[in-house]
Order: sequence, then C-alpha cells, then structure tokens
Amino acid sequence: MLRLTEKKIALTIKELDSGFGRIRDLSVSIGKLSTGEWTEPEGPTPFPTLATLRAWDRKLLSRYQPFYMPFCDLCCMCTFGKCDLTGTKKGACGITMPAQQARTVLLTACVGAATHTSHARELVTYAIKRAGRDCIIEPGGNAIGVEAPVIRLVCGEKPQTLADLETILDYCESQITSLLAATHTGQEGDSLDFESKVLHAGMIDQVGMEVADLAQISALGYPKADPDAPLAALGMGTVETSKPVILVIGHNVPPSVAIIDYLARENITDHVEVTGICCTSIDASRYSPRAKIIGPMSWQLRYIRSGIPDVIVVDEQCVRTDAFSEASAAGTPFIATSDKNCMGLPDRTDDPADAIVMDLADGRQKGVLILDPEKAGEVAVRVARAVMPARRKSQASANPESIREKAAECTQCNLCQRACPNDLAIPHAMKSAGDGDLSLLSSLYDTCIGCGRCEHACTKEIPVHSLIISAAADKIKNEKYVIRSGRGAIQDIEIRNVGGPIVLGEIPGVVAFVGCSNFANGGKEIAEMAVEFAKRRYIVVTSGCAAMSIGMYRDDEGKNPYERFPGSFTAGGLVNVGSCVANAHIAGATIKIASIFARRNLRGNYAEIADYVHNRVGAVGVAWGAMSQKAAAISSGFWRLGIPVVVGPHGTKYRRMLLGRADRDADWYVCDQRTGEEVYAGPAPEHLFVAAETKEEAMVLIAKLCMRPNDTSRGRAMKLSNYIDLYQRNNGVMPDDIPRYIRTMTDIPVTLKGDISRILSQSDWKERPIPDPTLFRHNKPVSTEEH
Amino acid sequence: MSSAEPWQTAEVSGPKKSAVITKPAMVRAVINRARHPVLLIGNRAASLDIVEKKFVDYLIDLALVHKIPVIATGHVNKALRDRGYTSAIIMPAVEAGQRIADPLWHGLHGRGPCDLAIIAGMPYPMEWTLLSGLKHAAPHTKTISLDNTYQPNATWSFGNLSIKDWQEHLTAITVETAPEGPADV
Repeated sequence: MLRLTEKKIALTIKELDSGFGRIRDLSVSIGKLSTGEWTEPEGPTPFPTLATLRAWDRKLLSRYQPFYMPFCDLCCMCTFGKCDLTGTKKGACGITMPAQQARTVLLTACVGAATHTSHARELVTYAIKRAGRDCIIEPGGNAIGVEAPVIRLVCGEKPQTLADLETILDYCESQITSLLAATHTGQEGDSLDFESKVLHAGMIDQVGMEVADLAQISALGYPKADPDAPLAALGMGTVETSKPVILVIGHNVPPSVAIIDYLARENITDHVEVTGICCTSIDASRYSPRAKIIGPMSWQLRYIRSGIPDVIVVDEQCVRTDAFSEASAAGTPFIATSDKNCMGLPDRTDDPADAIVMDLADGRQKGVLILDPEKAGEVAVRVARAVMPARRKSQASANPESIREKAAECTQCNLCQRACPNDLAIPHAMKSAGDGDLSLLSSLYDTCIGCGRCEHACTKEIPVHSLIISAAADKIKNEKYVIRSGRGAIQDIEIRNVGGPIVLGEIPGVVAFVGCSNFANGGKEIAEMAVEFAKRRYIVVTSGCAAMSIGMYRDDEGKNPYERFPGSFTAGGLVNVGSCVANAHIAGATIKIASIFARRNLRGNYAEIADYVHNRVGAVGVAWGAMSQKAAAISSGFWRLGIPVVVGPHGTKYRRMLLGRADRDADWYVCDQRTGEEVYAGPAPEHLFVAAETKEEAMVLIAKLCMRPNDTSRGRAMKLSNYIDLYQRNNGVMPDDIPRYIRTMTDIPVTLKGDISRILSQSDWKERPIPDPTLFRHNKPVSTEEH
Repeated sequence: MSSAEPWQTAEVSGPKKSAVITKPAMVRAVINRARHPVLLIGNRAASLDIVEKKFVDYLIDLALVHKIPVIATGHVNKALRDRGYTSAIIMPAVEAGQRIADPLWHGLHGRGPCDLAIIAGMPYPMEWTLLSGLKHAAPHTKTISLDNTYQPNATWSFGNLSIKDWQEHLTAITVETAPEGPADV
C-alpha cells in the first residue's frame, strides 16, 4: 500500500518475494507517519486552505456582523498613502475603511498565529533534541484517548510522535504565509473575506498552540491532565531574597528548564530562587513546582526595578522591549536567549561559559545574547550566585521622605494622566504625596498596568512609576499567593462526566478566562468574576496571565481561588490549563465533547463540529485584559468554533466587534434536524465578540452568552436563572429580552414563574419547539452550501 | 493644553476631527433639530463628581428637559434608578453603536433610526473607539460628547474643561435654557 497525502509518503509492504530476497511487514514513512490504524472516516476538509471553510465563516459572519471602530482614519501601509479612508472614501488602491479594518485585524491575527506557531516549531525542535523523534505524544496517559483534538479536527491527522508534529507545523506555516500574503496592497477588498481569513488564522493558531503544548508536555514531563497538579508560589512577596534570585521573562521555556536542570545537576536547587514573569514562569512551574511566578507582564517594571533579581533571562513574546535598559539601570546582568529578541546584545553563544560568567559578573558586559538554552542556564545560575552578595549589600529602598521630595516637584501639568491608559489620577496623588500623604499614590498601584508611560510623559523627569511602587512597598511585600500549576489537557473521563450536562445545559456553562493583564480596573476584577462563576457551578477554565491574576486574590475569608475550588473539569471547578499555548486544550475540550460525548467524527470535519459546538456547548471566552496580537489570534480561533468572546473596555481597540442583532428575528433561525424545519431559536449566543464596559456588565454578558439552542428546559431554566439574577443585581431590573429565551413554559426558572409568566403574557410570546439545532440546512452538505 | 487636543495624548484620529463646543446653546440647537436623538450614559457618569452632584445627575436632567431616550451602558442603570429615572434601555455600548450605525434600525421606540447620539461617561478610550465607529459607519448620525475631555471622533465635543467650566456648560444645557420644542422621540 502506498499513501500519498500532502508532503508525506507512507509505504507498507506486507510480503514481497523478489530476486534479492523476501520482505515481510516493512513499513517506511517519509515526512509523516502512516495513520493506517486510525479507522475514523476522513471528513470533507482535512488541511483546509484559505477558502475551504469560507461557507462556514460566512454563516457565522452573516449572523455576527462586524462593527468596525477604526483606530485611525488613515491607511499608512504603502507609498500610495497615507490615504484618508474616512466614511465612504477609498484609498489609492481602492480599499474601503471596513476592508482596511478587517485587513488590520487579519494582520493582527497573523502576528499572533505566527508567534504561537514559531514558538511551537522551536519547542518541537527542542523536544526532539531532548527526547527523540519517536517520543510518544502523551498529554495524559491512559486518561486521554483523543490526544490532539484540534489537530484531528483541522488536519485530519492523528499525531503519535514528536516527529509527526513537524508535518503539522509545515501546514501551519504555509497557511500563515498565505494569509499574510492576502494582506498585500491591491487584492482582497471585501471585508467579509478578510474576516473569513481572520477566522482561518485563529484556527491555525489553535493548531500551533496545540502542537506547542503537546510537545512540551510530552518531552518535559509536565503534569499530564492532572486535576491535582501541585500549587506553585505566586507573587513578589514569596521570593526568598536571602538566596540568589534569577528572573525569567517571556514564553518559551527551554532556558528556564536549563536553569532548573543545572541547579539539580549541581545539587543546589535549594540555594537559588527561580522566579518568572509571564507564561514562561507558568511553564517553569509545570516543570518544577519550586519555580515561583511573580506575576503577569505588568509586573516587569516593578520587579526589575526592585533590584531583587540578580540576573535576568529573557526569551520571547511579551518581554518589555526596554527590559535590557531597565535591567542595566538596576545593575542587573542580563541574558537574551532568543533570535527573535536579540535586544542589540553581543552574541556570546560560542564563547566558553566561564568567560561569559566572568564578563557579566564583573560588569564588563551588562548583557549578552546566548542562543543555546543549556549554556544560558548555566551562565544564569553562576552569575546570580556570583553577584548576589554584593548586590544585597548595595540595595536601598526609597523612604517616605524621598518619595515626598520627588512628588513635590510635580507641576500638575496632567501629562502623566493623559499618557496613562487607565486615566489614573496621578497628578492628584502626586500633590497629596508632596504634602506627605502617600496613600493615594499607593492606591494607584492596584490599577496600574505597569506600562511606564507616565514617566516618559513627565517633563520634570519624576520617576512616577517608581514612586507608585515605592509607596506600595507594603502591599508588594504581602503579595504571597498560590496558583495551581498548569494541568494541560482535559481527561476523557472528565469530558464523559460533564459532556451531557453541558450539552443539555445542566451545567450552566464553561467560562474561560484567558489573555493578558491590560486591565482597566486592576486584576482583581478577573478574579472576582472567576470566583463568581465557580460559585455558581460553572466550569471555570483559565490560562496564562489571567490564571495568575485569578491567583493574586483572596476572598473575604482569606481564601485563594485555587485553594477554594477543585482543579477538575467539573461544575464549580477552577481549571488552570497552563500557559498561552495551553489555550488549545480549552478549545480541545469543547471539540472532545463532540467526539467523546456525541460520538461525532472529528477527522477533517471542521464545519460540522464547529456547528455542533456553536449550537450545543455553552462555552464563553473572557479576555478581560487582552492586549496582544496573540490574544487576538486566540479569540479568532474560538470564533471559528462559534464560541463567543467577551473583552474588557480596552478590547474595543482591536477595532471591531462581531455582534448579533437580537432585534432581527430572522437572524436566529436554525434547522431542526429532527423535522428539517427552520425554527426560531432565539439569539443564543447573541454575540461572537463583544466588549464590556464594566465587570458587572461582563458578568451579565457571560451568563447570557452561555445559552445555546440545544439547551433542555431544565438547562435553559438554570442558565436563565443565573442570567436574570446577575442582571437584576447589576441593573436593578429584570432583563427585557426574556421572551426571546423562553421556548416553552418549562424553560422558566421555578422561582421566577410568576414574574416571567406575567412578562410573557404582556408580550407576543408563543411557545415554540426546542430544536435539534444546526446552522446547515437539512441534508445539505457543507461544501454545497451557498455563501 | 489646547481645548481641541485629545485628552489621552496618543489618541489622535485623522483628518476629520470634532468641532469644540464653545457655546452650550449650540448643543441645545442641535438637540432641537434632531428627530430621533438618543443619550448614551456610560458607567463613569455615576462616579464622576461635578461640584455637589454627580455627572449622571446632569445627564438625567438633560434627558428629562429635552425628552431624550436613554441607553444605559455598563451597569449605570442602577444609578439611574436610584435617582428615580426608570425608563432607560440597557445595552452594551458597542451594541448600541452597531444599532445606531444601522440606517434601517427601527430605533429605541420604533420610530426610525437615530440621527443624534449624545455620549457621555464611558472610559475615554472606549468612547473614543465607539465614536470612531459612528464617525465612519453612521453618516446619518451626528454625535456629541459631553465629557470634559476632548473626543476627536465626535461631530461635536466639549474641549478639555475644568470642573467649573464643565458644570457651567452642563448647567446651561440642562437647566438654564429650556428647549424651544420637544424632540420627536
């Protein structure tokens, strides 16, 4: 048998008698394994290219239409321009404002997808070097049968070894290149076609993320789908400054692993603190629970400036671009380790470790580039140990009088506040601090996102951010929390247990808090939301910086959310899947519900499964502090699966929303697969991408967006009960859209029977059937659906 | 600082910028000309102090004096109800923006699409982006920002005002000058 698919060849010879001998059971694979033992029938869209799923995208985009909010009136992308695209004007290439906005969103999503995919490529190469090409992909041992739901669904492949992942990445890279090519001046001009490509970029991003996390879980021995993954220390207050302290920043874990390995080899694990910021710290804690997490990206300036880290190691993504100059100002030796992030430093990769250590420890060089994680790990540890004693002697913290003196220089020009993304009342706090009261300055710490723009705006060169963190020194000392280490994938048995209750609506929803820390009102809000929904028995899932912010919280009884709620994928669970790339497990869990619970074929069967997820799995993503292009790509991946995403107020800067129109009944018909009839199913879910102005508004939206056409009456009643309760609590009245969500009288929550019956009687509500819903017309295959 | 500089320094928009409202009477005239105005009140209106009242108090006065229907965004409706104003429509700001931008929208009370959107009390960058969306996608709708921070994407915006000047402007619009005739809402 000879199979030829894409770039791969698999040759199997059962028995061959030839002149040169007899061959039995010979199997040769080039480029990719044979998936001959995987008997699942292949669906219609394995390895989809840019337009393969266009019909599905158009279905979503006709219901959830883009509302563009341009960040600039101009297009500045070619030398035709600048072009003024205000209103209905066109650019020199003919592009309109909606198309230009969609094009920009596509570029953003491509950057995100490329970042995760490049990260995945490096991790796979690293993992193969460490564990071998034949290392089995094993995200959860016997607990997981569907090891790569996203890859199975998108690519129609069942990867078994690390080498198999290389072929998957070949596909991702080709798609991202084509998507990027589509943004060139003078071709695509239809905003919805750009939007379809945005969804494609998001789907590819999900594949890249899954590859990345499967590789590192398999090769580095992370927790394997373990609900009881250990708790790791979180917060600046947990750092033992009596020891040398290493800070790792970024997302790509190999240098952190090398540090931890070197410490173990030298038997000095207990003598050095390994601390981290951003996702590399989450992954370091998956590798060793002794690694400590300082916090999300917004903690970089404050921690570097604290002088606590004795050496700083950066890899890639979400590293402040001025990290080296900040480290130099703090006198902290600095090591860059990624060719994507060289920071202008001299390349010392080929030099002996002894020489690099000497140069950094003596201060002859303030920073170096070492593109060899093992060497970087050794150098980091040795430098930290060498410089620590002298650094501890020289450290002096700002005292209240010095803060007062600096603050008194403020001229109240307001430029700091006008530069602050959160419009913090810095001048007022400065005036108060200049008069000797540091309390207002300290309170700014709670909502400061640590960008430092205030300092660059200050004409008096007041170190505004440093004054804020100095005034908040006591708070920082008390940042002592825990976070459950990233567990990775969701077990098949967990899916079996909750698949039915989720699809029937009896678990009111799966809420995924993901993304960055660009919060408008501090990280506390995302923790409060997570606790609220866990208490309401939703399944709460989290990852990355959001998982850290949830951990930096104690309730009124002093309990940390990770100590209060179990780490299992169950009602009332709080599940930290891991770093950014572990987001693929969240999408994967929804896909696995279709596979394990509903026994739908995944293999290259994207549109059918997305239709299933969209209509039946009450999942909502919440990227409350989303900042990055990666967050945009992650959201886009959820959208293509029909999963809504809620962002915070800064999320409007992503330039467009995908909003449904509840007031247009015609938009909300689905096909009832039992009867073939078109049935009004209500606006469930109402939006695909929506920004909330406040935490309270977000919680109402989350509860509402968990409703799905497939909900049973019992499930719908439970979802409505949560929605109405949150709505009433935050708005003081009953929602006015209740009739849209009541299909039969049995949908009404028992405790609200009287009120809702009255509302229904005053409207033109009529009982309607609960459909077996699909967006596809009955018996009409996906590929022949018109746009 | 010029009164026509965006409050957040980097939030410049492009060639089409809002006109600064120098005379509150102009706002009254625009409202009186509008057939289907709407007032979007954001959540910050409930917490912003303007001398002895909150911003939201002035906005309620505005709605009542000029009979303008209100969309409450965020969770400001509670503050409205606490003050006895109970007829607001509750809607996320971006959802309201999408509907206002729709020339076929039946409007809050089924009388036709919105031709004037008065916006106030949202986080500055969110209001900025929302107004940008309307500037580009809603040629049938004029917009007014009543915050004391200049919003370049509105049709008309207050400049960057001191609290005292802001109070005077708002008072002039809401109390001291009665409308010449009710808007058709």
